[in-house]
Amino acid sequence: MSVLVYAEHDNASLKGVTLNTVAAAQAIGGDITVLVAGAGCGAVAEEAAKIAGVAKVLVADDAAYEHQLAENVADLVAEVGKGYSHILAPATTSGKNFLPRVAALLDVQMVSEISAVVNATTFQRPIYAGNAIATVESSQETNVLTVRGTSFDPVAAEGGSAEVENLSVSKDAGVSSFVGEELAKSDRPELTAAKVVISGGRGMQNGDNFEMLYKVADKLGAAVGASRAAVDAGFVPNDMQVGQTGKIVAPQLYVAVGISGAIQHLAGMKDSKVIVAINKDEEAPIFQVADYGLVADLFEAVPELEKLV
Amino acid sequence: MKVLVAVKRVVDYNVKVRVAADHSGVDLTNVKMAMNPFCEIAVEEAVRLKEKGVATEIVAVAVGPKEAQEQIRTALALGADRGILVEAADVQPLGVAKLLKAIVDEEKPELVILGKQAIDGDNNQTGQMLAALTGMGQGTFASEVNVADGSVKVTREIDGGLQTVDLKLPAVVTTDLRLNEPRYASLPNIMKAKKKPLDMKSPGDFGVDVTPLVKTVKVEPPAERQAGIKVADVAELVDKLKNEAKVI
Repeated sequence: MSVLVYAEHDNASLKGVTLNTVAAAQAIGGDITVLVAGAGCGAVAEEAAKIAGVAKVLVADDAAYEHQLAENVADLVAEVGKGYSHILAPATTSGKNFLPRVAALLDVQMVSEISAVVNATTFQRPIYAGNAIATVESSQETNVLTVRGTSFDPVAAEGGSAEVENLSVSKDAGVSSFVGEELAKSDRPELTAAKVVISGGRGMQNGDNFEMLYKVADKLGAAVGASRAAVDAGFVPNDMQVGQTGKIVAPQLYVAVGISGAIQHLAGMKDSKVIVAINKDEEAPIFQVADYGLVADLFEAVPELEKLV
Repeated sequence: MKVLVAVKRVVDYNVKVRVAADHSGVDLTNVKMAMNPFCEIAVEEAVRLKEKGVATEIVAVAVGPKEAQEQIRTALALGADRGILVEAADVQPLGVAKLLKAIVDEEKPELVILGKQAIDGDNNQTGQMLAALTGMGQGTFASEVNVADGSVKVTREIDGGLQTVDLKLPAVVTTDLRLNEPRYASLPNIMKAKKKPLDMKSPGDFGVDVTPLVKTVKVEPPAERQAGIKVADVAELVDKLKNEAKVI
């Protein structure tokens, strides 16, 4: 067996979720190769070579891959990935974007967002917003999988000394081009990697009131998330959404503020170690999954929380 | 410009599904079914393109059981012009993408709009696979779509923000939540939709093999989380977090 892991990065540094994906590769077994595709991504390749358990790093450094355009990256991965028994990518918006394209090019039915490896051909994955866990068997020539990062403990970032091989494969499908991006600048940790997450829901009433959560978050070194209701209402941007169709988080502490606890939201956070719910409606379903529930008006409770932590 | 929209029949998003007693899947007996919410957004976007004069015809396509005609009728009531149902049960995303590709080859749309994922299988694959099979560019997780001069600019929801890409037409777009707010069908439009054409097809008509490649071994309920305790005030909460759970 041989596993190809696609590295997630921003051309400057490796994203932590790559380490969780390598952990899934280790659970599958066999030699692990990491593919770094980007432009000016040499530092990332060096980082990848140090990951514990990685045998080899392939680097495709070309302008065509600078912005991770799915059309170009998929052509590359489909070509490089031939001959591997498994191709893995993190289930991030980038992995979700290009990997199904790779699978189709290889005529493979992909398995999305695995949460456990049973054996090299059998995987578990949540379906129906996590209300059911499917065990699926994929015995295709190449198994193509995205990996839910929060379900696998990351491997050590240091300790390996993989050989680095440069690929001179330039794939420009010529059908798409990058126009621009607007990335939220924040000193807070990334939602999916944070140890503490504080999320607000419809109960926050407007976007300005999220300022209260930011203040608590900054004291705790926490990331701030939101329910779909808060995103739909336009309080906060979509990339803050925690839930079935947003981000999946599993921090040490998850604080749900003014969130009722729809199943779609629970799907995104119920694997958190400790869940706190603050809601004035004591019947809110969020209390059924909360370790600590506080029935209170959030506009009084949150400022008080900020003072006490 | 012709626009193809894919719609899927799924469990209504308000339903809390239960795993079947024999662990073969989820129990769908007497469960309310509906159009996948992301497909509603896809239909709405197509209709808005038509209202703007960008799209001239909207074809709604579904792959699913005979009952999926209901979801196509819903799309027709919302403004699609005609429908195609490929009758086949439990087709996996690659199979759906192959069927859609066959329809794209026949219909030659300039734009194909799909939901980013269906809320039953949560796969998030079909649009990307269709784009691969047709060689088209893909604008996934779209929050804004602008068609002009033979290309489409798509603003995409990505981790940490937004990315805008420019795709040559024909192209595939998959919808995210904030793209639009779908309308409701009016009663007169629901009545009119009944008279719009709906073609019934089978995978065999397109020579596509839809045999599942991934086998479901079993389906189980997730580990249940036990409700904890209620605390009286913020002070008690902070005390518990510091001294009992030791997470802050």
